Amino acid sequence: MTSIIIYSVVTFLMIISFIKSPQKTKKAFKIGFNSFKKLLPSIIPMMIGIGIVLSLLSPETVSSILGEKSGFLGVLIGLGIGSVAFMPSFVAFPLGANLLAHGAGYPQIAAFISSLMAVGFMSLGLEIKYFGKKTALIRNLTALVASSAFVFVIWRALL
Amino acid sequence: MNSNIIIFTKKYKWAILTILILTVINMTLPSLGTNANQLTLSNFLTMFGVLPPILLLIGLLDVWVPKEIMIKYMGENSGIKGLVIAFLLGSFAAGPLYAAFPVAAILLKKRARLSYVMFFLGVWSTAKLPMVMFEYTSFGGLFTVLHITTNLTVFLIGALLIEKMLTAESKEAVYQSASALSE
Repeated sequence: MTSIIIYSVVTFLMIISFIKSPQKTKKAFKIGFNSFKKLLPSIIPMMIGIGIVLSLLSPETVSSILGEKSGFLGVLIGLGIGSVAFMPSFVAFPLGANLLAHGAGYPQIAAFISSLMAVGFMSLGLEIKYFGKKTALIRNLTALVASSAFVFVIWRALL
Repeated sequence: MNSNIIIFTKKYKWAILTILILTVINMTLPSLGTNANQLTLSNFLTMFGVLPPILLLIGLLDVWVPKEIMIKYMGENSGIKGLVIAFLLGSFAAGPLYAAFPVAAILLKKRARLSYVMFFLGVWSTAKLPMVMFEYTSFGGLFTVLHITTNLTVFLIGALLIEKMLTAESKEAVYQSASALSE
């Protein structure tokens, strides 16, 4: 659904751009194509790496680990799995909601969901290639701090 | 000929390594391997669903949006305006976080302020509008509101601090490497 929208919007913009200036549009196409070529050496291992990690950390595995663990240790495990795993939200949200319905704690699920969305261990290679080691690490560290802050707040709010 | 192979191998060393690992998994643990193959395939499909059009969009941005415009709206001295634009760009986004990197890179290439670009990445990761709706229906209002407010607060502080932590040279290096990937 998302990709249909993005592809249509971009096709539409490319057509308008081409009507206004074929040269500029060709250049735009070349820029897009070149950056795709430059990204491939980072994207291929990332896609395969995510595939391997997800086959080990399947939704079932995640729910069996996060479902029974509680307390501070559960939060740490939630942060750890969330940082390493790579799951689209339409898989992760129902999984988290289901775990909550079956008695898992809010702080542990919050740790998992928040770090899953913001910390990207599997995409770190690509991020470093774009922004350099230091910036990429600081951003991911900030995301980890943000997730911990959220856990702290929700722990205070709900317990 | 030989040196071409060496260059190729060097460039794709991580790709080759992960393919090898996947092959070993397939040979030793076939059921896990099948699962990993399917997930890898679906990752590639997702990636092809978002990345090529985003890169084309970036090409269009590059040729049509002059640097001066970007500096005016998101540059060093754009003030609160730049922050608001970073927020809007991030929240109207769609796609996984890695799709945000090329967008962030073109913003940097056009000399948007590093702090705002980092904040944009934070918003993209946590507060994309479609995902906020979905989060609300999955976890309820309190969870979603607390998630977004605490995360965005920390992202904002982190984004402003990152400029203090980097020296002028390493900041320039970030601009250079981001620009080099969007040409």
